[in-house]
Amino acid sequence: MLEAAEAGQSALLIAPTGGGKTLAGFLPSLIQLHRQRMEGLHTVYVSPLKALAVDIARNLTTPAEEMGLDIRIETRTGDTPANRRARQRQNPPHILLTTPESLTLLLSLPDAAEMFGSLRCVVIDEIHAMAGTKRGDQLALCLSRLSTLAPGMRRVGLSATVAHPRALAAWCARDADPDSVKLVRVTGGEAPDLSVMLPEGRLPWGGHMGLASMPEVYERLKEAGVTIVFVNTRAQAELCFQALWRLNDDNLPIALHHGSLTIEQRRRVEAAMAAGKLRAVVATASLDLGIDWGAVDQVIQVGAPKGVARLLQRVGRANHRMDEPSRAILVPANRFEVIECQAAIEAVDAGEVDGEPPRPGGLDVLAQHILAMACHAPFLPDELFAEVTSAAPYAALSRQDFDDTLRFVEDGGYALSGYERFRRLFRDYEGRVHVRGPQVARQLRMNLGTIVDLPLLKVKLRGGPVLGEVEEYFISTLEPGDNFIFSGQVLRYERLEPTAAIVTRGGEGEPRVPAYGGSRMPLTTHLARRVREILSNPRRWRGLPDTVREWLAMQRHRSEMPPLDGLLIEVFPRGPRWFMVAYCFEGRLAHQTLGMLVTKRMERLGLAPMGFLGTDYVLATWSAFQPTDPAALFEEDLLGEELEEWIAESSMLRRTFRNIATIAGLLEKNHPGQEKSGRQMTMSADLIYDVLRKHEPDHILLRATRAEAAGGLTDVARIGALLARARGTIRVRQLDGVSPLAVPALIEEGREWVSGNAEDALLAEAVALVEEATHGEDHFSGDLGLEAISGPPPAPREAWPRRQRFARRARAG
Amino acid sequence: MMSAPFHLAGERLLLDPSGALFWPARHLLVVSDLHLEKGSHFASRGRFVPPYDTRETLARLAPLMRRYSPERVVFLGDSFHDGDGAARMHAADRATLMHLLGNRHVTWVLGNHDPVGPDGLPGEVSLEFRDGPLVFRHEGLPGRDSGFELSGHFHPKASLPTRCGPVTRPCFLADARRVLLPAFGAFTGGLEISAQPIAALFPRGGRAFLLGRDRLHSAPVAPMRHLAAANRMTDAPLQTI
Repeated sequence: MLEAAEAGQSALLIAPTGGGKTLAGFLPSLIQLHRQRMEGLHTVYVSPLKALAVDIARNLTTPAEEMGLDIRIETRTGDTPANRRARQRQNPPHILLTTPESLTLLLSLPDAAEMFGSLRCVVIDEIHAMAGTKRGDQLALCLSRLSTLAPGMRRVGLSATVAHPRALAAWCARDADPDSVKLVRVTGGEAPDLSVMLPEGRLPWGGHMGLASMPEVYERLKEAGVTIVFVNTRAQAELCFQALWRLNDDNLPIALHHGSLTIEQRRRVEAAMAAGKLRAVVATASLDLGIDWGAVDQVIQVGAPKGVARLLQRVGRANHRMDEPSRAILVPANRFEVIECQAAIEAVDAGEVDGEPPRPGGLDVLAQHILAMACHAPFLPDELFAEVTSAAPYAALSRQDFDDTLRFVEDGGYALSGYERFRRLFRDYEGRVHVRGPQVARQLRMNLGTIVDLPLLKVKLRGGPVLGEVEEYFISTLEPGDNFIFSGQVLRYERLEPTAAIVTRGGEGEPRVPAYGGSRMPLTTHLARRVREILSNPRRWRGLPDTVREWLAMQRHRSEMPPLDGLLIEVFPRGPRWFMVAYCFEGRLAHQTLGMLVTKRMERLGLAPMGFLGTDYVLATWSAFQPTDPAALFEEDLLGEELEEWIAESSMLRRTFRNIATIAGLLEKNHPGQEKSGRQMTMSADLIYDVLRKHEPDHILLRATRAEAAGGLTDVARIGALLARARGTIRVRQLDGVSPLAVPALIEEGREWVSGNAEDALLAEAVALVEEATHGEDHFSGDLGLEAISGPPPAPREAWPRRQRFARRARAG
Repeated sequence: MMSAPFHLAGERLLLDPSGALFWPARHLLVVSDLHLEKGSHFASRGRFVPPYDTRETLARLAPLMRRYSPERVVFLGDSFHDGDGAARMHAADRATLMHLLGNRHVTWVLGNHDPVGPDGLPGEVSLEFRDGPLVFRHEGLPGRDSGFELSGHFHPKASLPTRCGPVTRPCFLADARRVLLPAFGAFTGGLEISAQPIAALFPRGGRAFLLGRDRLHSAPVAPMRHLAAANRMTDAPLQTI
């Protein structure tokens, strides 16, 4: 690292967690500042987490003071008070620690050139977590701008072990050339010590929560000093925390940490952890990254890890010392997950890492960046294009796309004229692009950033504090009086206020758990392949527990094992329906897409499909008629017309469009507490999408939406690979009943109904039901006792019901 | 397309799945809350939403003119998103609208978004239009003073529980005294019928007609007195897109 620094070369340091990476990144800067005093900004440090920036600042200040270095180290985040911000701009510190969003904001200011002109080095932490995301796109564009403002500046990337180091080096490089970056790899350290723990007694057939294992988990907590219990979803975190708390006869201090809790609450938990006041934290990905607590003795992963890189990241949170192995226990929640855990451990032992290479940068982020750069100073489009394409995510950006994005920022860029008079940017006689007024910069600041939250509602105790946020959709499914688990307690839903759901503590009856969209990671391709390898080769079952081996042997007896490279499809009747189970192993997202496509084709073939389900391992469909030739349903042309048609209508594309439209500045960002609620924005993004798709299907925003849906979500590519692999090798088994391997899928939650025209059919069905129940009478003034629509709670009963009954009897008679 | 008959003050009215209402006895078509030129209104504030909303809304109006051949068209207010909307209209859109209106009688009921009549378009302007037993106004009057009323303003929408979860659609809401029309414009959102201002118009509940692809889906609505009395929970959605 020092060598690269002396040579002024950029560097990428890849090391397992706990290698003292961050310090290594800073050391050259400290040495330079020590040798040669300078004024102005020397080094910028960018971290994905605000808390990490603050923590590093603290950890750096102490040694710097001890070394007698006369340097100023400061943070700059959304929390920095206004007076300090102003001072930082006039008199910048030597080292500034910040986040991608704050950096973008600084670069959009008119005096950015003065502030960053003296910059020598930028350190990017946790680069593996940012490259390939929209925040990463934004940061990459900022780095290109920094290189323009400070041509001598070098870049230092810090990363955990990744599958694509060269792609990451390119990401770090000034001209997207991986060879210009010195790649420093730290290997070794002790290999992590991984083991699988099963529940006493029966191993569950299905489910992902892992609650059956909580007694064993609790025993492990008692034995170790400090434990992090990682789970895969927020709902799972709530349930596991509840289960542990019920078992907690020793009153161990156990806390809960996930992304929906308030920031204050999460900080409190982190502080208690750092101070050694906790024995365990149940956490989601919210603790995957973050400050180093030093004294974590073990990590317990409840539920299958879903990916090797992710598992390593989590395991690395235990024991941040290089000379001792990190200890981690994997707790599979069902039989399939046992195999997946086994596969993950084998992959770790073999030193393999999975992960996709970073995808190309988004045009929505580019639109935001163009506006930010215009707010900084007038620019020539040619020069900005050159600067943008020097960033790796945009290296392949076409001039056409750049120009269209620029036009979009100017006046919307629509084929139909009319908005010219409202343009935000104008060009002078030399072709320089200027912003039209100060209100443009104001608008940019309101919209800055690439994180678009789902419509959320605060959860607030009546007369008490805010506990956190849940998706608005979940609240809309509750009736006052319903119970749900949140923030580690059972809450009773009381009423809705404009910006918060009001709750009280306690309540009776079975509580519900908020579901959170998109919070589950799909199984990676790499791990899926290892799972297939284990299943298809009985010799490799030896390491598996007895129950699992028996289960697999039973499958071999009753049906057959899924082959390594082909595709096994089972068809069997069950009740009045025909089930079809395809063992694709391509991850939940891919299976959901595939499910839409296959059922669409089933509909055309007259099989009357009724629903489907995608788990990480299989796709299951059910239909009124027997699929006699399943192979025909999985032909490669599935990805042609049907995909096109389905994708355009899908809620996935609508969601993608909403995010893109928000980041690109078409829609206002959701600001918590504002009068406009998130649902209205969702609604209107849909309206805009429909109108735009009809009248200008090639608009830049729709192009960006399609590109992101096709390229960003790798599930379509995975389906393509699956169909190619399966061609000619599809094995079909017509069975009398469900096979052992299919059971976990059939008891899975989260089934999808076939939609399309189904929504109208469902409405008609619901209406018919209501009419049947009310004998088709119109009751304009009586309480039908039937929760009619929009769920108002039942009104106090008056004399009406009796009269109704009387009227009905009279008619019947 | 199947319209649903509904009787108000003894008059037979047809509720159309597009969100329009037709009164056959008077050859009269009613549409509410078109919010034309909402796109350009937003563009003037730096949000460049697509400029095709007017075009799209007019394209929805055209088949209604063909099907019902109304002699009179009543726009129930908020026909334009703001007072200058008519002036900002694209020449082609203006020509389309003129063609649609043709020789028909046109009544522009004024709304909060368009407190003055549209510039350079034919028709009479009125705060409240009366014909026979019916009164047409933009925002309904709660209570018994309203007369037999057709109104808009609130962009009502409702959710119907189905076995696959709730399905939400814009809707008509009606009882023996009034009909509340859904918003007809392409860029108009909605307000749940359980929201206080709508509940105040229908304290005794009524019947909702959800707009479907080619028919209406109707269901009874339980009394909403408690909701009408509740604190105002939501502001009308009219300012947002």
